[in-house]
Amino acid sequence: MSPILEGLAAEFETLTWEESHGQDVVHVPREQWLELATALKEAGFEVCADVTAVDWMRKRPERYEVVAALLSMQHRLRLRMVVGLERDDPVIASLTPLWPGANFAEREVWDMFGIRFEGHPDLTRILMPDDWEGHPLLKDFAVGAVPVQFKHAHQVD
Amino acid sequence: MSEDRTLDIWVAGTEEPEFQPTDEGAQEIAHEESEARLADQTGRVFDDDYVFDDEVADDERMIVNMGPQHPSTHGVLRLQLELEGEVIRRSKPIIGYLHTGMEKTAEQLNFAQGPTNVTRMDYLAPLHCELAYSLAVERLLDIEVPPRAAAIRVLMTELNRVASHLVALATNGMDIGALSMMIYGFRERESILAFFEKTTGLRMNHNYVRPGGVAADLPPGWKDDVAAILADLPGRFDMYDELLEENPIWLARTRGVGIIEPDEAIAFSITGPALRATGVDWDLRKAFPYSGIEQYEFDVPLGARGDVYDRYRVRVEEMRESLKIVEQVMDTIPKGDFRVDDRKITPPPRARIDESMEALIHHFKLFTEGFKVPAGETYVAVESPRGELGCYLVSDGEARPYRMHTRAPSFYNLQALPIAMADSLVADTVATIASMDPVMGDVDR
Amino acid sequence: MATTAPGNLLMTTVERAANWARTRSMFPATFGLACCAIEMMATGAAHFDLARFGMEVFRASPRQADLMIVAGRVSQKMAPVLRQVYDQMPDPKWVISMGACASTGGMFNNYALVQGVDQVVPVDIYVPGCPPGPQSLLHGILTLHDKIMAGEIRR
Repeated sequence: MSPILEGLAAEFETLTWEESHGQDVVHVPREQWLELATALKEAGFEVCADVTAVDWMRKRPERYEVVAALLSMQHRLRLRMVVGLERDDPVIASLTPLWPGANFAEREVWDMFGIRFEGHPDLTRILMPDDWEGHPLLKDFAVGAVPVQFKHAHQVD
Repeated sequence: MSEDRTLDIWVAGTEEPEFQPTDEGAQEIAHEESEARLADQTGRVFDDDYVFDDEVADDERMIVNMGPQHPSTHGVLRLQLELEGEVIRRSKPIIGYLHTGMEKTAEQLNFAQGPTNVTRMDYLAPLHCELAYSLAVERLLDIEVPPRAAAIRVLMTELNRVASHLVALATNGMDIGALSMMIYGFRERESILAFFEKTTGLRMNHNYVRPGGVAADLPPGWKDDVAAILADLPGRFDMYDELLEENPIWLARTRGVGIIEPDEAIAFSITGPALRATGVDWDLRKAFPYSGIEQYEFDVPLGARGDVYDRYRVRVEEMRESLKIVEQVMDTIPKGDFRVDDRKITPPPRARIDESMEALIHHFKLFTEGFKVPAGETYVAVESPRGELGCYLVSDGEARPYRMHTRAPSFYNLQALPIAMADSLVADTVATIASMDPVMGDVDR
Repeated sequence: MATTAPGNLLMTTVERAANWARTRSMFPATFGLACCAIEMMATGAAHFDLARFGMEVFRASPRQADLMIVAGRVSQKMAPVLRQVYDQMPDPKWVISMGACASTGGMFNNYALVQGVDQVVPVDIYVPGCPPGPQSLLHGILTLHDKIMAGEIRR
């Protein structure tokens, strides 16, 4: 790990800092999400490259995982922040006050997963129509495939 | 296998389609605008004309809707503009009109089929999308492609960069009024697309860069084709400069228009030519090199002011640099395999299937089930013509990705449109959008 | 009485004359959505030149267009917009569904896309391909011209 991340790891030593395929990842509990993000921004991570989520369904005790990929141009570093969210309470602090570039990405996570971001200026649907019901990228939302063979003929099995 | 996927059968066409005028996406632009919120959104406090004058009556402002179908050929982007006369006070991009559910589809396709899906995201730079995906899969598999495959990837992606910038220039020119640029841009593109068709089989959406290498080796005689492209194109770029560089109309319409400051650009996660035009020296090919691109010498052009002119200039110079890289690849490409020699990942050559039982079994397993990727997650980014194109891939040990997310550069670049267009004239909107070069397939996925 | 017409006289039916006029200057409406739009632009560009068929003028306003080439995938959000644009076109109007996604939903058989634009508007010609090259699109356009000239599509 680079010296900057080592310094931060020493400061936030209760968190799990690991390396995944050559990239640095830190697992954050929900309460410390914004605190760590602020510290990272002050340490030189000027760009929030990506905010996305994974729906682990029943494979993990915490169903949702929000992943924020940060980028430091001055130090040439990447870091991923990962937080796990409970099934019945998918709320997390928004990174938009720190990095305005996370605005659309968090709206997309809301739209696709139903995870709310507290402090987001405008948390509305972005990709799906406004009156769409459901959050498409959840694992219990079906793909919505149409049976393909001869759409309006009787089924030939 | 198929029963799992179609849990929810949607039978179409059973209802009478009732037409109603649509108010789709007509979210209200918040009427409460404040300095605090603008400071939040842009990362700094503005004390000049971004703050709205309270004395202007509300009924002097008009909300105009631009799109999603409009002639500025950037796809289905919808803009809600709040106008005071001809001046844009606020704007709001509304997207989602091309949402294709590609991330959901990616969970249904195995890793070898993945590039067919990803390639249609940024359809002007399909090879870059495939490259990001393939690099992510290869990182999870912990394999390195052979040097010839890496060199072929660099060759194809740099040619793709030229083709994409040609479309950007063509549409940029046409939107601002230089209609000949459209014809010139697409004419040059044809020679590159002909080479792509010869190598990959398709003019666009190639499915050529796959996990493990590339789909097929370069065809015999490719050096002549590439040499012809290298001989022709720089002269044509000079022709564009002749057309545009000293044209007072072009300069008046692009200089000082749609300015984005460097700190605004960084705050809004803008990458690519739009960022480099503001003066920030950041190119993933130099910062986090991939696919052996560090062996080639090239410069990264930077702008100074971050206006439409600088973005156009950066793209033209980037095309020249890409051709330099192509020439170097052509001269130094190593011999060898075009895909990794791992039998569990790469299908055997077709002729072997008749001879070896093992080859037949491998072929069968690879094309029915697909190869399995060990559990893990990774994020890989490449420098596409629009910026940082990243692929976040999560695998749980199966033959299909558990989650595939693409960090689309245009998605983030569009967030800066309200900033670039603030307090500018309506006529400049078109120039600004064209210069940000959004590709809606990338934005909406 | 002369049984052959003199050389400078052309006789035809109103229907054939109208069909001829309609096919020789069809104005497409800009409805490029995704990758197929790029191939549509390439068809209009110098190499494959739609102008030789009188069609290089892509009218931005649907009120001035008579052909809608739906080039690209139509998402659920876009479908009402597509219908609105189609309704604004004056008669006679024709629709070419360009590409696999417009014709049947293509490779994206999921919640987000309308599985075939014929769910929303009536289609005259389907051009397959992903994306169809300019030659395929031209073949589709010329087939439409032939069908109109032959009177198969009556408007």
